[in-house]
Amino acid sequence: MTTRSAVSTAVLAGAVASALSSLALASPLSEADVKSAMDAGKEKCFGVSLKGQNDCAAGPGTTCQGTSTVDYQGNAWKFVDGGTCATMQLPDGRKGSMEPLDRDVPA
Amino acid sequence: MRPSDLKIAARCEAAPYAAHFAGRLLDPDKPAPPDVTGPAGQAAEQRFGIYRNNVTVSLIEALAAVFPATRRITGPDFFRAMARFHVRTTPPTSPLLFEYGHDFPAFIEQYPHARSMPWLADVARIERAWLDSYHAADEAILAMEALAAVSPEGLGAIRLVVHPATRLLASDHPAFSIFSANRRDAPVGRITATEPERTLLTRPHLDVEVRKISPDVAMMIAGLMEGVPLGRTAGDTLAAYPDFDLSAAIAFIIEAGAFCGISTNGVHDET
Repeated sequence: MTTRSAVSTAVLAGAVASALSSLALASPLSEADVKSAMDAGKEKCFGVSLKGQNDCAAGPGTTCQGTSTVDYQGNAWKFVDGGTCATMQLPDGRKGSMEPLDRDVPA
Repeated sequence: MRPSDLKIAARCEAAPYAAHFAGRLLDPDKPAPPDVTGPAGQAAEQRFGIYRNNVTVSLIEALAAVFPATRRITGPDFFRAMARFHVRTTPPTSPLLFEYGHDFPAFIEQYPHARSMPWLADVARIERAWLDSYHAADEAILAMEALAAVSPEGLGAIRLVVHPATRLLASDHPAFSIFSANRRDAPVGRITATEPERTLLTRPHLDVEVRKISPDVAMMIAGLMEGVPLGRTAGDTLAAYPDFDLSAAIAFIIEAGAFCGISTNGVHDET
């Protein structure tokens, strides 16, 4: 290396990878975004989003927003209009939920 | 002569008049300009005095709006007196009032009556930076996908493009703690901080976010803002602070939205 104090490629790549994975588990929506969506009469509704359309919280091992891998994934949520979540009718008798669901979670 | 030339000519003729007028406007010891008269050619000292007062008061109010925490610390009377001195010596150079006050922190630093508050100028610097950040150009922040797309071998040579709204301020005083305690309406509790503090301002979405950052993270961000490649900034910071958590710092930088892009200029220098 010509630059004396530069860190090694391995150290830097490891740090960036670990930084990115820590961010992936965090919410890409800022707290302010979450709050403004809530304020606008929206509520978090689990198990209703089509794959890749979730707002966040798809669970460990995924990178959150827009990354749920199956339709109606139970631990992925989407902002919907307040009061409409629990009454949402989905294919095969599924319903939305204000709490995370066990159904349709990829292995 | 084109219309634009006429406009320029008119402005050039107006300039000496404006300078003459402005000089008397800012100095209450000078008489009203001789070409400003009342009805029937009477002297206009009182009328000009009212106008002068309105100008001064409006500029003091502008400073109070830009520096609310500073004003809260000093109290309104102290602030008004201090601001009046500044307004008279340093009137705005831009018609946009939100641009006013860039020289005010330096003025506070020199202001004899504020010497008992050596941190006051730095608090004012954070306040001025807040408004600069607020008015800075919109730009999407650096997405983690962009960083993830860089090959591991290429990471050391990349430079980050600083977001237009990002400001970094280092103070010899606990300026952040004093700023944040006084910038809101809630009662100010006892401020126990005594250490120097570094403040980062970013605007990742619509609102300006103000954070106190540690010396090592501040060094890393300062290096990146100067355009030092990521690998060398990280190395320099690790050399200065052996406990520096590089991974956490990178995550923080992305989350705070301090940068808006990656520049790979110089990537070939390494080969």
